[in-house]
Amino acid sequence: MKVLVPVKRVIDYNIKPRVKADGSGVETAGVKMSMNPFDEIAVEEAVRLKEKGVVSEIIAVSIGEAKAQDTLRTAMAMGADRSILVETDVVTEPLAVAKVLKALVEKEKPELIILGKQAIDDDMNATGQMLAGLLDRPQATFASKVDVADGAVTVTREIDGGSQTIKLALPAIITADLRLNEPRYASLPNIMKARKKPMEKITPADLGVDMTPRLSVISVAEPPERKAGVKLDSAAELVSRLRNEAKVI
Amino acid sequence: MTVLVYLDHEGGVIRQASRSAITAASKLGDVDVLVTGPDAAAAAKSAAAIPGVQKVFAVTDTTGNSELAEPVAALLAQLAGGYTHILAASSATAKNVLPRAAALLDVQPIPDIVAINDAETFVRPIYAGSALATVKSADAKKVITVRASAFDPAPAEGGSATIEDIALPAGPGGSTFVATELSKSERPELESARVVVSGGNGMLNEENFKLLEPLADRLGAAIGASRAAVDKGFVSNEYQVGQTGKIVAPELYIAMGISGQIQHLAGMKDSKVIVAVNKDPEAPIFQVADYGIVGDLFTILPQLEAELDKAG
Repeated sequence: MKVLVPVKRVIDYNIKPRVKADGSGVETAGVKMSMNPFDEIAVEEAVRLKEKGVVSEIIAVSIGEAKAQDTLRTAMAMGADRSILVETDVVTEPLAVAKVLKALVEKEKPELIILGKQAIDDDMNATGQMLAGLLDRPQATFASKVDVADGAVTVTREIDGGSQTIKLALPAIITADLRLNEPRYASLPNIMKARKKPMEKITPADLGVDMTPRLSVISVAEPPERKAGVKLDSAAELVSRLRNEAKVI
Repeated sequence: MTVLVYLDHEGGVIRQASRSAITAASKLGDVDVLVTGPDAAAAAKSAAAIPGVQKVFAVTDTTGNSELAEPVAALLAQLAGGYTHILAASSATAKNVLPRAAALLDVQPIPDIVAINDAETFVRPIYAGSALATVKSADAKKVITVRASAFDPAPAEGGSATIEDIALPAGPGGSTFVATELSKSERPELESARVVVSGGNGMLNEENFKLLEPLADRLGAAIGASRAAVDKGFVSNEYQVGQTGKIVAPELYIAMGISGQIQHLAGMKDSKVIVAVNKDPEAPIFQVADYGIVGDLFTILPQLEAELDKAG
Protein backbone atom coordinates (compact mmCIF):
# COMPACT_ATOMS: atom_id res chain seq x y z
CA MET A 1 0.00 0.00 0.00
CA LYS A 2 0.93 3.63 -0.51
CA VAL A 3 1.82 5.94 2.36
CA LEU A 4 1.90 9.72 2.25
CA VAL A 5 4.18 11.52 4.71
CA PRO A 6 4.00 15.32 4.95
CA VAL A 7 7.21 16.98 6.19
CA LYS A 8 7.87 20.58 7.25
CA ARG A 9 11.07 22.61 7.12
CA VAL A 10 11.53 24.38 10.44
CA ILE A 11 14.27 26.05 12.48
CA ASP A 12 16.51 23.26 13.77
CA TYR A 13 15.43 22.16 17.24
CA ASN A 14 18.90 22.88 18.66
CA ILE A 15 18.73 26.56 17.73
CA LYS A 16 17.25 29.16 20.04
CA PRO A 17 14.82 31.19 17.91
CA ARG A 18 15.22 34.99 17.94
CA VAL A 19 12.35 37.39 17.65
CA LYS A 20 12.89 40.02 14.91
CA ALA A 21 13.47 43.55 16.15
CA ASP A 22 10.32 44.83 14.40
CA GLY A 23 8.16 42.23 16.14
CA SER A 24 6.92 40.81 12.82
CA GLY A 25 8.04 37.27 13.51
CA VAL A 26 10.97 35.01 14.28
CA GLU A 27 14.23 35.34 12.32
CA THR A 28 14.73 32.47 9.88
CA ALA A 29 17.27 34.08 7.51
CA GLY A 30 20.71 32.56 7.95
CA VAL A 31 19.39 30.16 10.61
CA LYS A 32 19.99 26.40 10.42
CA MET A 33 16.82 24.70 9.22
CA SER A 34 15.93 21.00 9.49
CA MET A 35 13.06 18.61 9.12
CA ASN A 36 10.51 19.00 11.90
CA PRO A 37 11.56 16.29 14.41
CA PHE A 38 8.07 14.77 14.67
CA ASP A 39 7.98 14.49 10.87
CA GLU A 40 11.27 12.58 10.97
CA ILE A 41 9.53 10.10 13.26
CA ALA A 42 6.66 9.88 10.75
CA VAL A 43 9.08 9.22 7.88
CA GLU A 44 10.91 6.60 9.95
CA GLU A 45 7.64 4.80 10.71
CA ALA A 46 6.73 4.72 7.04
CA VAL A 47 10.19 3.36 6.14
CA ARG A 48 9.89 0.64 8.81
CA LEU A 49 6.49 -0.36 7.45
CA LYS A 50 8.07 -0.60 4.01
CA GLU A 51 10.91 -2.72 5.39
CA LYS A 52 8.30 -5.04 6.92
CA GLY A 53 6.71 -5.40 3.51
CA VAL A 54 3.46 -3.72 4.56
CA VAL A 55 4.08 -0.60 2.48
CA SER A 56 4.97 -0.53 -1.21
CA GLU A 57 5.58 3.17 -1.80
CA ILE A 58 6.33 6.21 0.38
CA ILE A 59 5.55 9.67 -0.95
CA ALA A 60 6.96 12.62 1.00
CA VAL A 61 5.19 15.96 0.63
CA SER A 62 6.23 19.41 1.73
CA ILE A 63 4.26 22.61 1.50
CA GLY A 64 6.31 25.77 1.69
CA GLU A 65 9.05 27.78 0.07
CA ALA A 66 11.41 26.40 -2.60
CA LYS A 67 14.02 25.47 0.01
CA ALA A 68 11.63 22.87 1.42
CA GLN A 69 13.05 20.63 -1.31
CA ASP A 70 16.06 20.11 1.01
CA THR A 71 13.67 18.60 3.54
CA LEU A 72 12.14 16.37 0.87
CA ARG A 73 15.64 15.19 -0.14
CA THR A 74 16.25 14.29 3.51
CA ALA A 75 13.00 12.31 3.57
CA MET A 76 14.04 10.48 0.41
CA ALA A 77 17.50 9.83 1.84
CA MET A 78 15.76 8.22 4.81
CA GLY A 79 13.79 5.97 2.46
CA ALA A 80 10.89 7.82 0.84
CA ASP A 81 10.53 6.77 -2.82
CA ARG A 82 9.48 10.07 -4.34
CA SER A 83 8.31 13.49 -3.27
CA ILE A 84 6.03 16.38 -4.06
CA LEU A 85 6.82 20.01 -3.29
CA VAL A 86 3.80 22.28 -3.12
CA GLU A 87 5.55 25.59 -3.42
CA THR A 88 4.22 28.70 -1.72
CA ASP A 89 5.70 31.71 0.03
CA VAL A 90 2.57 32.22 2.10
CA VAL A 91 2.75 31.40 5.83
CA THR A 92 1.34 27.87 6.04
CA GLU A 93 -1.52 27.31 8.47
CA PRO A 94 -2.83 23.85 9.37
CA LEU A 95 -6.23 24.44 7.72
CA ALA A 96 -4.70 25.40 4.35
CA VAL A 97 -2.07 22.65 4.61
CA ALA A 98 -4.80 20.10 5.36
CA LYS A 99 -6.68 21.29 2.25
CA VAL A 100 -3.57 20.85 0.08
CA LEU A 101 -3.00 17.40 1.56
CA LYS A 102 -6.64 16.47 0.99
CA ALA A 103 -6.26 17.34 -2.70
CA LEU A 104 -3.08 15.23 -2.89
CA VAL A 105 -4.72 12.31 -1.09
CA GLU A 106 -7.57 12.37 -3.59
CA LYS A 107 -5.01 12.30 -6.41
CA GLU A 108 -2.52 9.78 -5.00
CA LYS A 109 -4.96 7.63 -3.02
CA PRO A 110 -2.60 6.55 -0.20
CA GLU A 111 -4.09 4.13 2.30
CA LEU A 112 -2.17 5.62 5.17
CA ILE A 113 -1.07 9.17 5.93
CA ILE A 114 1.46 9.55 8.74
CA LEU A 115 2.20 13.05 10.04
CA GLY A 116 4.24 14.45 12.90
CA LYS A 117 1.91 15.38 15.77
CA GLN A 118 3.02 19.00 15.70
CA ALA A 119 5.49 21.35 14.06
CA ILE A 120 7.97 22.84 16.50
CA ASP A 121 7.69 26.32 14.96
CA ASP A 122 4.01 27.23 15.32
CA ASP A 123 3.29 24.45 17.86
CA MET A 124 -0.22 24.14 16.39
CA ASN A 125 -0.72 20.38 16.68
CA ALA A 126 -3.65 20.40 14.25
CA THR A 127 -2.83 19.38 10.67
CA GLY A 128 -3.36 15.61 11.01
CA GLN A 129 -6.65 16.00 12.84
CA MET A 130 -7.84 18.59 10.33
CA LEU A 131 -6.90 16.43 7.35
CA ALA A 132 -8.79 13.50 8.89
CA GLY A 133 -11.81 15.77 9.40
CA LEU A 134 -11.72 17.12 5.84
CA LEU A 135 -11.40 13.60 4.41
CA ASP A 136 -14.00 12.21 6.85
CA ARG A 137 -11.57 9.43 7.69
CA PRO A 138 -10.59 7.83 11.01
CA GLN A 139 -7.67 9.34 12.92
CA ALA A 140 -5.22 8.21 15.58
CA THR A 141 -3.22 11.08 17.06
CA PHE A 142 -0.11 10.93 19.29
CA ALA A 143 0.76 7.38 18.24
CA SER A 144 3.43 5.53 20.22
CA LYS A 145 2.85 2.15 18.54
CA VAL A 146 1.44 1.25 15.14
CA ASP A 147 0.49 -2.23 13.88
CA VAL A 148 -0.89 -2.70 10.41
CA ALA A 149 -2.68 -5.99 9.68
CA ASP A 150 -5.63 -7.18 7.60
CA GLY A 151 -6.73 -3.81 6.25
CA ALA A 152 -6.74 -2.18 9.67
CA VAL A 153 -4.26 -0.40 11.88
CA THR A 154 -4.10 -0.75 15.65
CA VAL A 155 -2.59 2.28 17.33
CA THR A 156 -1.49 2.87 20.90
CA ARG A 157 -1.79 6.58 21.59
CA GLU A 158 -0.51 8.82 24.37
CA ILE A 159 -3.26 10.41 26.46
CA ASP A 160 -3.20 12.39 29.71
CA GLY A 161 -2.58 9.94 32.51
CA GLY A 162 -1.77 6.90 30.39
CA SER A 163 -2.31 5.37 26.99
CA GLN A 164 -5.19 4.30 24.81
CA THR A 165 -5.54 1.73 22.08
CA ILE A 166 -7.81 2.22 19.10
CA LYS A 167 -8.30 0.35 15.85
CA LEU A 168 -8.80 2.14 12.55
CA ALA A 169 -10.06 0.80 9.24
CA LEU A 170 -7.84 1.85 6.33
CA PRO A 171 -7.53 4.38 4.79
CA ALA A 172 -6.59 6.30 7.95
CA ILE A 173 -4.56 9.17 9.34
CA ILE A 174 -1.96 8.77 12.10
CA THR A 175 0.07 11.43 13.89
CA ALA A 176 3.40 10.45 15.42
CA ASP A 177 4.45 11.09 19.02
CA LEU A 178 8.01 11.00 20.35
CA ARG A 179 8.09 7.42 21.47
CA LEU A 180 6.90 5.89 18.22
CA ASN A 181 10.47 5.24 17.07
CA GLU A 182 14.01 6.59 16.85
CA PRO A 183 14.57 8.10 13.38
CA ARG A 184 17.61 6.86 11.46
CA TYR A 185 20.37 9.04 10.10
CA ALA A 186 20.54 9.19 6.34
CA SER A 187 23.76 7.54 5.17
CA LEU A 188 25.94 9.23 2.58
CA PRO A 189 25.16 6.64 -0.16
CA ASN A 190 21.45 7.14 0.56
CA ILE A 191 21.85 10.93 0.40
CA MET A 192 23.48 10.48 -3.02
CA LYS A 193 20.71 8.13 -4.14
CA ALA A 194 18.05 10.57 -2.96
CA ARG A 195 19.32 13.13 -5.47
CA LYS A 196 18.11 10.89 -8.27
CA LYS A 197 14.70 10.16 -6.79
CA PRO A 198 11.82 12.02 -8.45
CA MET A 199 10.50 15.29 -7.04
CA GLU A 200 7.36 16.80 -8.50
CA LYS A 201 6.84 20.54 -8.11
CA ILE A 202 3.37 22.05 -8.09
CA THR A 203 1.59 25.05 -6.55
CA PRO A 204 -1.47 25.30 -4.29
CA ALA A 205 -3.28 26.91 -7.25
CA ASP A 206 -2.70 23.73 -9.30
CA LEU A 207 -4.66 21.93 -6.60
CA GLY A 208 -7.28 24.67 -6.36
CA VAL A 209 -6.41 25.56 -2.77
CA ASP A 210 -6.51 29.11 -1.39
CA MET A 211 -3.64 29.47 1.10
CA THR A 212 -4.71 32.87 2.51
CA PRO A 213 -4.07 32.65 6.27
CA ARG A 214 -7.06 32.96 8.57
CA LEU A 215 -4.91 34.20 11.43
CA SER A 216 -3.06 37.45 10.97
CA VAL A 217 -0.03 37.97 13.14
CA ILE A 218 -0.36 41.32 14.89
CA SER A 219 2.98 41.04 16.66
CA VAL A 220 5.57 38.58 17.91
CA ALA A 221 7.34 39.40 21.16
CA GLU A 222 9.91 37.92 23.49
CA PRO A 223 8.27 36.33 26.52
CA PRO A 224 8.95 38.00 29.86
CA GLU A 225 12.46 36.96 30.93
CA ARG A 226 12.92 35.12 34.19
CA LYS A 227 15.87 36.42 36.07
CA ALA A 228 18.42 33.98 37.34
CA GLY A 229 18.19 33.78 41.10
CA VAL A 230 20.78 32.94 43.72
CA LYS A 231 23.03 29.94 44.12
CA LEU A 232 22.87 28.49 47.61
CA ASP A 233 25.42 26.35 49.43
CA SER A 234 23.28 23.90 51.33
CA ALA A 235 19.95 22.13 51.58
CA ALA A 236 19.46 23.85 54.95
CA GLU A 237 19.72 27.26 53.37
CA LEU A 238 17.35 26.22 50.57
CA VAL A 239 14.68 25.03 53.01
CA SER A 240 15.06 28.20 55.04
CA ARG A 241 14.73 30.42 51.94
CA LEU A 242 11.72 28.48 50.62
CA ARG A 243 10.05 28.81 53.99
CA ASN A 244 10.92 32.35 55.02
CA GLU A 245 11.62 34.22 51.80
CA ALA A 246 9.56 32.59 49.04
CA LYS A 247 6.98 31.29 51.54
CA VAL A 248 6.10 28.29 49.36
CA ILE A 249 6.58 25.54 51.93
CA MET B 1 -21.83 36.14 22.46
CA THR B 2 -22.17 32.61 23.77
CA VAL B 3 -19.26 30.25 24.19
CA LEU B 4 -19.26 26.45 24.28
CA VAL B 5 -16.62 24.77 26.43
CA TYR B 6 -15.80 21.09 25.98
CA LEU B 7 -14.89 19.83 29.45
CA ASP B 8 -12.50 17.10 30.53
CA HIS B 9 -13.38 15.12 33.60
CA GLU B 10 -12.13 12.15 35.54
CA GLY B 11 -14.85 9.84 36.71
CA GLY B 12 -17.31 12.72 36.79
CA VAL B 13 -15.08 15.28 38.49
CA ILE B 14 -14.30 18.22 36.21
CA ARG B 15 -10.55 18.65 35.79
CA GLN B 16 -9.09 21.83 37.17
CA ALA B 17 -7.61 22.72 33.76
CA SER B 18 -11.14 22.72 32.33
CA ARG B 19 -12.24 25.15 35.04
CA SER B 20 -9.45 27.45 33.80
CA ALA B 21 -10.96 27.14 30.31
CA ILE B 22 -14.30 28.27 31.79
CA THR B 23 -12.59 31.36 33.24
CA ALA B 24 -11.19 32.15 29.78
CA ALA B 25 -14.60 31.56 28.18
CA SER B 26 -16.30 33.88 30.68
CA LYS B 27 -14.16 36.72 29.33
CA LEU B 28 -15.78 36.19 25.92
CA GLY B 29 -19.45 35.73 26.77
CA ASP B 30 -22.06 33.47 28.31
CA VAL B 31 -20.85 29.91 28.86
CA ASP B 32 -22.47 26.58 27.99
CA VAL B 33 -20.53 23.36 28.40
CA LEU B 34 -20.38 19.85 26.95
CA VAL B 35 -19.45 16.71 28.89
CA THR B 36 -19.22 13.21 27.42
CA GLY B 37 -18.42 9.73 28.62
CA PRO B 38 -19.74 6.86 30.71
CA ASP B 39 -19.81 9.13 33.80
CA ALA B 40 -21.43 12.03 31.95
CA ALA B 41 -24.30 12.27 34.45
CA ALA B 42 -21.92 12.82 37.37
CA ALA B 43 -19.74 15.11 35.23
CA ALA B 44 -22.82 17.14 34.25
CA LYS B 45 -23.66 17.57 37.91
CA SER B 46 -20.13 18.83 38.71
CA ALA B 47 -20.22 21.06 35.62
CA ALA B 48 -23.59 22.55 36.56
CA ALA B 49 -22.16 23.56 39.94
CA ILE B 50 -19.44 25.73 38.38
CA PRO B 51 -20.44 29.40 38.71
CA GLY B 52 -20.91 31.10 35.34
CA VAL B 53 -22.07 27.99 33.49
CA GLN B 54 -25.59 28.41 32.10
CA LYS B 55 -26.32 25.15 30.36
CA VAL B 56 -24.70 21.72 30.40
CA PHE B 57 -25.00 19.32 27.46
CA ALA B 58 -24.41 15.77 28.65
CA VAL B 59 -23.70 12.78 26.43
CA THR B 60 -23.82 9.55 28.40
CA ASP B 61 -22.03 6.91 26.41
CA THR B 62 -20.83 3.51 27.52
CA THR B 63 -19.76 2.24 24.09
CA GLY B 64 -16.32 3.86 24.08
CA ASN B 65 -17.37 6.11 21.17
CA SER B 66 -17.05 9.21 23.31
CA GLU B 67 -13.31 8.37 23.56
CA LEU B 68 -13.01 8.77 19.80
CA ALA B 69 -12.36 12.03 17.98
CA GLU B 70 -14.71 11.35 15.06
CA PRO B 71 -18.14 11.39 16.76
CA VAL B 72 -17.17 14.04 19.34
CA ALA B 73 -15.85 16.40 16.65
CA ALA B 74 -19.04 15.81 14.67
CA LEU B 75 -21.07 16.68 17.78
CA LEU B 76 -19.09 19.90 18.40
CA ALA B 77 -19.59 20.91 14.77
CA GLN B 78 -23.29 20.18 15.09
CA LEU B 79 -23.62 22.28 18.28
CA ALA B 80 -21.39 25.06 16.89
CA GLY B 81 -24.26 26.88 15.18
CA GLY B 82 -25.30 28.61 18.38
CA TYR B 83 -21.83 29.73 19.45
CA THR B 84 -19.23 32.33 18.52
CA HIS B 85 -16.37 30.47 20.23
CA ILE B 86 -15.64 26.84 21.08
CA LEU B 87 -13.07 26.35 23.82
CA ALA B 88 -11.36 23.60 25.76
CA ALA B 89 -8.35 23.27 28.02
CA SER B 90 -5.37 22.12 25.95
CA SER B 91 -5.45 18.51 27.10
CA ALA B 92 -4.62 15.45 25.03
CA THR B 93 -8.37 14.96 24.53
CA ALA B 94 -9.01 18.48 23.28
CA LYS B 95 -5.95 18.40 21.02
CA ASN B 96 -7.35 15.23 19.49
CA VAL B 97 -10.88 16.52 18.96
CA LEU B 98 -10.97 20.30 18.51
CA PRO B 99 -8.83 20.62 15.35
CA ARG B 100 -11.00 17.98 13.69
CA ALA B 101 -14.13 19.91 14.66
CA ALA B 102 -12.48 23.11 13.35
CA ALA B 103 -11.85 21.44 9.97
CA LEU B 104 -15.51 20.45 9.77
CA LEU B 105 -16.37 24.12 10.39
CA ASP B 106 -13.70 25.44 7.94
CA VAL B 107 -11.98 27.29 10.78
CA GLN B 108 -8.27 27.64 11.60
CA PRO B 109 -7.96 26.70 15.29
CA ILE B 110 -6.07 28.87 17.79
CA PRO B 111 -4.27 26.48 20.14
CA ASP B 112 -2.90 27.09 23.59
CA ILE B 113 -3.87 30.70 24.19
CA VAL B 114 -2.38 32.47 27.22
CA ALA B 115 -4.27 35.77 26.91
CA ILE B 116 -7.43 37.18 25.35
CA ASN B 117 -7.09 40.71 23.96
CA ASP B 118 -10.60 40.84 22.48
CA ALA B 119 -13.10 38.42 20.95
CA GLU B 120 -10.90 37.95 17.88
CA THR B 121 -7.38 38.57 19.17
CA PHE B 122 -5.41 36.14 21.28
CA VAL B 123 -1.85 35.62 22.50
CA ARG B 124 -0.21 32.23 22.12
CA PRO B 125 3.32 30.90 22.60
CA ILE B 126 5.23 29.66 19.55
CA TYR B 127 8.62 27.95 19.23
CA ALA B 128 8.24 26.19 22.58
CA GLY B 129 7.51 29.46 24.32
CA SER B 130 10.57 31.25 22.89
CA ALA B 131 8.17 33.85 21.50
CA LEU B 132 4.62 35.04 22.09
CA ALA B 133 2.49 35.69 19.01
CA THR B 134 -0.55 37.94 19.08
CA VAL B 135 -2.92 36.68 16.39
CA LYS B 136 -6.23 37.94 15.08
CA SER B 137 -8.70 35.46 13.63
CA ALA B 138 -10.66 36.24 10.47
CA ASP B 139 -12.93 33.21 10.97
CA ALA B 140 -16.59 33.70 11.86
CA LYS B 141 -16.22 31.16 14.68
CA LYS B 142 -13.16 30.64 16.81
CA VAL B 143 -11.98 27.22 17.92
CA ILE B 144 -9.57 27.66 20.80
CA THR B 145 -7.63 25.65 23.33
CA VAL B 146 -6.57 27.35 26.53
CA ARG B 147 -3.30 26.96 28.39
CA ALA B 148 -4.69 26.32 31.84
CA SER B 149 -1.71 27.79 33.72
CA ALA B 150 -2.53 31.22 32.24
CA PHE B 151 -6.06 31.43 33.67
CA ASP B 152 -7.23 30.89 37.26
CA PRO B 153 -9.64 27.98 37.55
CA ALA B 154 -13.31 28.89 38.03
CA PRO B 155 -14.63 27.75 41.45
CA ALA B 156 -15.97 24.21 41.58
CA GLU B 157 -19.09 25.10 43.53
CA GLY B 158 -21.77 27.79 43.63
CA GLY B 159 -23.47 27.57 40.22
CA SER B 160 -26.76 25.98 39.19
CA ALA B 161 -26.87 25.40 35.44
CA THR B 162 -29.56 23.44 33.64
CA ILE B 163 -28.63 20.02 32.26
CA GLU B 164 -29.74 18.75 28.86
CA ASP B 165 -29.09 15.17 27.79
CA ILE B 166 -28.12 14.79 24.15
CA ALA B 167 -26.89 11.94 21.95
CA LEU B 168 -23.58 11.39 20.20
CA PRO B 169 -23.84 11.47 16.39
CA ALA B 170 -22.54 8.44 14.51
CA GLY B 171 -19.47 10.12 12.99
CA PRO B 172 -17.82 8.65 9.91
CA GLY B 173 -17.12 5.27 11.52
CA GLY B 174 -13.97 3.33 10.79
CA SER B 175 -12.48 3.71 14.23
CA THR B 176 -13.07 1.52 17.24
CA PHE B 177 -12.13 2.09 20.85
CA VAL B 178 -10.17 -0.86 22.23
CA ALA B 179 -8.87 0.07 25.69
CA THR B 180 -7.53 2.78 27.95
CA GLU B 181 -4.74 2.16 30.41
CA LEU B 182 -4.37 4.80 33.09
CA SER B 183 -1.47 4.74 35.47
CA LYS B 184 -2.71 4.97 39.01
CA SER B 185 -1.18 7.56 41.25
CA GLU B 186 -2.08 8.78 44.71
CA ARG B 187 -0.20 12.00 44.04
CA PRO B 188 -1.81 15.21 42.84
CA GLU B 189 -2.43 15.74 39.13
CA LEU B 190 0.73 17.11 37.50
CA GLU B 191 -0.93 20.06 35.78
CA SER B 192 -2.74 21.34 38.86
CA ALA B 193 -0.32 20.40 41.66
CA ARG B 194 0.86 23.20 43.96
CA VAL B 195 4.33 21.67 44.09
CA VAL B 196 6.07 19.65 41.37
CA VAL B 197 9.27 17.65 41.86
CA SER B 198 10.82 16.74 38.52
CA GLY B 199 13.73 14.52 37.63
CA GLY B 200 15.94 14.54 34.58
CA ASN B 201 18.87 12.79 33.02
CA GLY B 202 20.79 13.26 36.25
CA MET B 203 18.60 10.66 37.96
CA LEU B 204 20.60 8.12 35.88
CA ASN B 205 18.10 5.27 35.94
CA GLU B 206 14.59 4.10 36.72
CA GLU B 207 15.49 2.90 40.19
CA ASN B 208 17.09 6.19 41.20
CA PHE B 209 14.13 8.10 39.85
CA LYS B 210 12.04 6.55 42.64
CA LEU B 211 14.27 8.41 45.11
CA LEU B 212 12.19 11.50 44.29
CA GLU B 213 9.07 9.92 45.75
CA PRO B 214 9.76 10.54 49.47
CA LEU B 215 10.53 14.21 48.73
CA ALA B 216 7.37 14.53 46.63
CA ASP B 217 5.32 12.86 49.37
CA ARG B 218 6.86 15.13 51.98
CA LEU B 219 5.79 18.21 49.97
CA GLY B 220 2.46 16.87 48.68
CA ALA B 221 3.94 17.24 45.22
CA ALA B 222 3.27 15.75 41.82
CA ILE B 223 6.20 14.09 40.07
CA GLY B 224 7.35 15.27 36.67
CA ALA B 225 10.19 14.46 34.33
CA SER B 226 12.21 15.94 31.52
CA ARG B 227 12.00 14.49 28.05
CA ALA B 228 15.45 12.97 28.51
CA ALA B 229 14.25 11.04 31.56
CA VAL B 230 11.17 9.85 29.69
CA ASP B 231 13.12 8.91 26.56
CA LYS B 232 15.52 6.84 28.66
CA GLY B 233 12.60 5.01 30.18
CA PHE B 234 13.02 6.22 33.81
CA VAL B 235 9.28 7.03 33.88
CA SER B 236 6.41 6.87 31.40
CA ASN B 237 5.37 9.58 29.00
CA GLU B 238 2.58 11.13 31.03
CA TYR B 239 5.16 12.52 33.47
CA GLN B 240 6.81 14.61 30.79
CA VAL B 241 6.92 18.35 31.39
CA GLY B 242 7.73 20.38 28.29
CA GLN B 243 6.75 21.66 24.88
CA THR B 244 5.45 18.28 23.82
CA GLY B 245 4.45 17.14 27.28
CA LYS B 246 2.52 18.87 30.04
CA ILE B 247 2.63 22.58 30.78
CA VAL B 248 2.81 23.26 34.51
CA ALA B 249 2.89 26.41 36.59
CA PRO B 250 3.00 25.32 40.23
CA GLU B 251 3.90 27.56 43.14
CA LEU B 252 7.09 25.55 43.60
CA TYR B 253 8.95 23.60 40.92
CA ILE B 254 11.95 21.54 41.98
CA ALA B 255 14.18 20.39 39.09
CA MET B 256 16.55 17.61 40.12
CA GLY B 257 19.28 16.71 37.65
CA ILE B 258 17.55 18.57 34.81
CA SER B 259 19.79 20.54 32.46
CA GLY B 260 17.07 22.90 31.29
CA GLN B 261 16.75 22.44 27.54
CA ILE B 262 14.34 24.84 25.79
CA GLN B 263 11.89 21.96 25.37
CA HIS B 264 11.66 21.47 29.13
CA LEU B 265 11.72 25.15 30.08
CA ALA B 266 8.72 25.68 27.77
CA GLY B 267 6.73 23.46 30.10
CA MET B 268 7.65 24.91 33.49
CA LYS B 269 9.03 28.42 33.30
CA ASP B 270 5.77 30.01 34.48
CA SER B 271 6.21 28.34 37.86
CA LYS B 272 6.21 30.86 40.70
CA VAL B 273 9.38 29.63 42.38
CA ILE B 274 11.91 27.38 40.64
CA VAL B 275 14.57 25.39 42.46
CA ALA B 276 17.32 23.62 40.54
CA VAL B 277 19.83 21.08 41.76
CA ASN B 278 22.46 20.15 39.20
CA LYS B 279 26.12 19.28 39.35
CA ASP B 280 26.85 21.30 36.20
CA PRO B 281 27.15 24.99 37.19
CA GLU B 282 26.66 25.93 33.52
CA ALA B 283 23.32 24.09 33.17
CA PRO B 284 20.78 26.43 31.51
CA ILE B 285 18.23 25.60 34.25
CA PHE B 286 20.17 27.93 36.59
CA GLN B 287 19.29 30.85 34.30
CA VAL B 288 15.63 30.52 35.25
CA ALA B 289 15.91 29.10 38.77
CA ASP B 290 15.20 31.35 41.75
CA TYR B 291 17.29 29.10 43.96
CA GLY B 292 20.02 26.84 42.72
CA ILE B 293 22.38 24.39 44.34
CA VAL B 294 25.39 23.22 42.37
CA GLY B 295 26.11 19.71 43.53
CA ASP B 296 25.39 16.01 43.32
CA LEU B 297 21.66 15.48 43.67
CA PHE B 298 22.22 12.11 45.34
CA THR B 299 23.97 13.94 48.19
CA ILE B 300 21.59 16.88 48.29
CA LEU B 301 18.31 14.96 48.03
CA PRO B 302 18.66 13.18 51.41
CA GLN B 303 19.90 16.41 53.01
CA LEU B 304 16.85 18.20 51.69
CA GLU B 305 14.52 15.57 53.11
CA ALA B 306 16.32 15.70 56.46
CA GLU B 307 16.04 19.50 56.59
CA LEU B 308 12.35 19.36 55.77
CA ASP B 309 11.81 16.75 58.49
CA LYS B 310 13.82 18.80 60.94
CA ALA B 311 11.74 21.87 60.23
CA GLY B 312 8.59 19.78 60.67
